[in-house]
Amino acid sequence: MKIIVAIKQVPVRDSALHPAASGKWIGEADLSFEINEPDAYALEEALQLKEKHGGEVVVLCAGPERAAQTIREALAKGADRAIHIETDALVSLDTLGIAKLLAGAVTPEKPDLILTGLQSDDLGAGQTGVVMAELLGVPHSTIIMQVEARDGSIRVKRELENGWFQHIEMPMPAVLAMQSGSNKLRYATLMGIKKAKSKEIRRVTPGELGGAAPAVATIEKVYLPQKSKQTQLFEGDAKKAAAQLVEKLKFEARVL
Amino acid sequence: MSILVVLEQQAGQWHRMSWETLAAGQQLGVALGEPLEVAVVGKGIGALANEAAAKKLAKVWAVEHDLLDSYTADGYTSALEQLIQKIQPKLVLFPHTYQVRDFAPKLATRFSQVLVSDVIAARVETGALTLVRQFFQGRLSGDVRVSGAGPVFASLQAGAWRADALESGSAAVETFAPTLDASQIRQKPEAPFREAARAVDLTAAEIIVSVGRGVGEQSNLPVVEDLAQAFGAELAASRPICDAGWLPMERQVGSSGQTVAPKLYVAVGISGAIQHLVGMKGAKTIVAINKDSNAPIFEVADYGIVGDLFEVAPALAAEVRKAKSA
Repeated sequence: MKIIVAIKQVPVRDSALHPAASGKWIGEADLSFEINEPDAYALEEALQLKEKHGGEVVVLCAGPERAAQTIREALAKGADRAIHIETDALVSLDTLGIAKLLAGAVTPEKPDLILTGLQSDDLGAGQTGVVMAELLGVPHSTIIMQVEARDGSIRVKRELENGWFQHIEMPMPAVLAMQSGSNKLRYATLMGIKKAKSKEIRRVTPGELGGAAPAVATIEKVYLPQKSKQTQLFEGDAKKAAAQLVEKLKFEARVL
Repeated sequence: MSILVVLEQQAGQWHRMSWETLAAGQQLGVALGEPLEVAVVGKGIGALANEAAAKKLAKVWAVEHDLLDSYTADGYTSALEQLIQKIQPKLVLFPHTYQVRDFAPKLATRFSQVLVSDVIAARVETGALTLVRQFFQGRLSGDVRVSGAGPVFASLQAGAWRADALESGSAAVETFAPTLDASQIRQKPEAPFREAARAVDLTAAEIIVSVGRGVGEQSNLPVVEDLAQAFGAELAASRPICDAGWLPMERQVGSSGQTVAPKLYVAVGISGAIQHLVGMKGAKTIVAINKDSNAPIFEVADYGIVGDLFEVAPALAAEVRKAKSA
């Protein structure tokens, strides 16, 4: 089974975020980056499917030069090779533009399965996989917890709301958007890190994939959220803050 | 031109967010000067369509087909594509549910458009629509504009509009029969199921102490368990804690877990991703303990302590015990 895993590099969770001077996105100068967490689960699922059924896992990532580090880490965990769509303009594209680039890179590979995380931790649109499936003309399903490969088809466990689940079967090739937490993530081994150095990362430009389409949805401005509630904050000494809070809970909120 | 609101139902039951989206549609209809139309999709949905028609709007489309009995991404996309082509709305609104996330991006792609997902507010200025959505799990907000031919597609976050603002009225119901063929629908869904009966009913708890990623390791949980004990509270958690198996899934609060509204909710080391907030923001009093004063949890909190939970939680447990014994 040939599996493509589409991953994204995002700022490390809990980074201090500030709007850039342009106001249209965050300033990235002092940030560190890592693999988008749901994508790490998609990669894990792909590696497990390969262990069960054999085949190849190809990592696909669109992003600037720094994304190569995240790609290398995915190779160290066990992916066989990678395709890096190198672009500094990711933020100026919308989901459709990014999905077009990814689909353009997927088509000649003729994979059986394309996995990705259900959403990115930065933009959080949660659509890239679904749009890619539509552009590729293949079926998809989202918020997937488990994948069971059958002969020419897959049966997946999809998460519904409020603790409900559902199994869905569909033919391959297909695109699946994976939920976080469905597997335990593996670490790269020393051997894996060593091997990754000689694995292929093919670099392609957006131009080679037919160019980036102009965005129909554009971010005009990003800003810190406006508070809907007036929060009474206590800081400093823990014991003193705790005493102040209990006082409020008892006499103001009257919940103790 | 019109505004189309796509309501969600499953097996004849409304998704509660449908009414919030309809309320948003009514308000945006006034602001944009466009009539409001509504679509209900499924099989045997006449009664639901009639119920929707008792709201203030121009028309209800009952999108009926045998192949729409169970939800499939392929079936819903094709049916709604045909309706949208017929009525040419300017704006299409959905509730931001798991089901909408599964098909609406595909539907928007059919019109060379992008779904603006998880929208928390909308502004109309000199006829132009600006949609506000969150980035970085609620840590930043942003204004989004949509251009291009074809309708604007947007899905609205739970709780962003209030269903009780909905105005009543009387509208006509028209049935729309899309052309669908079984061979077009590639997903074969089976019946929904639950993993196990829930032993813990968090919805009945008066006080909940809830723990998140900030706790770091499973071996640190007793710090929060002790705080829960001091309050006489049920212990709950955000998704990552249950995913890691540190607490059972039945203790999860949020869109994939339980929705609670206790009189006191104490969030310990929970940053406040929207998936968690939708499950607890109805609590009467919310307390947040977090080391990051910019964490989104403080946007819904009445009281907060900014600090290290390993210092704050034991200190708070001691103060609560002192107050209770006084």
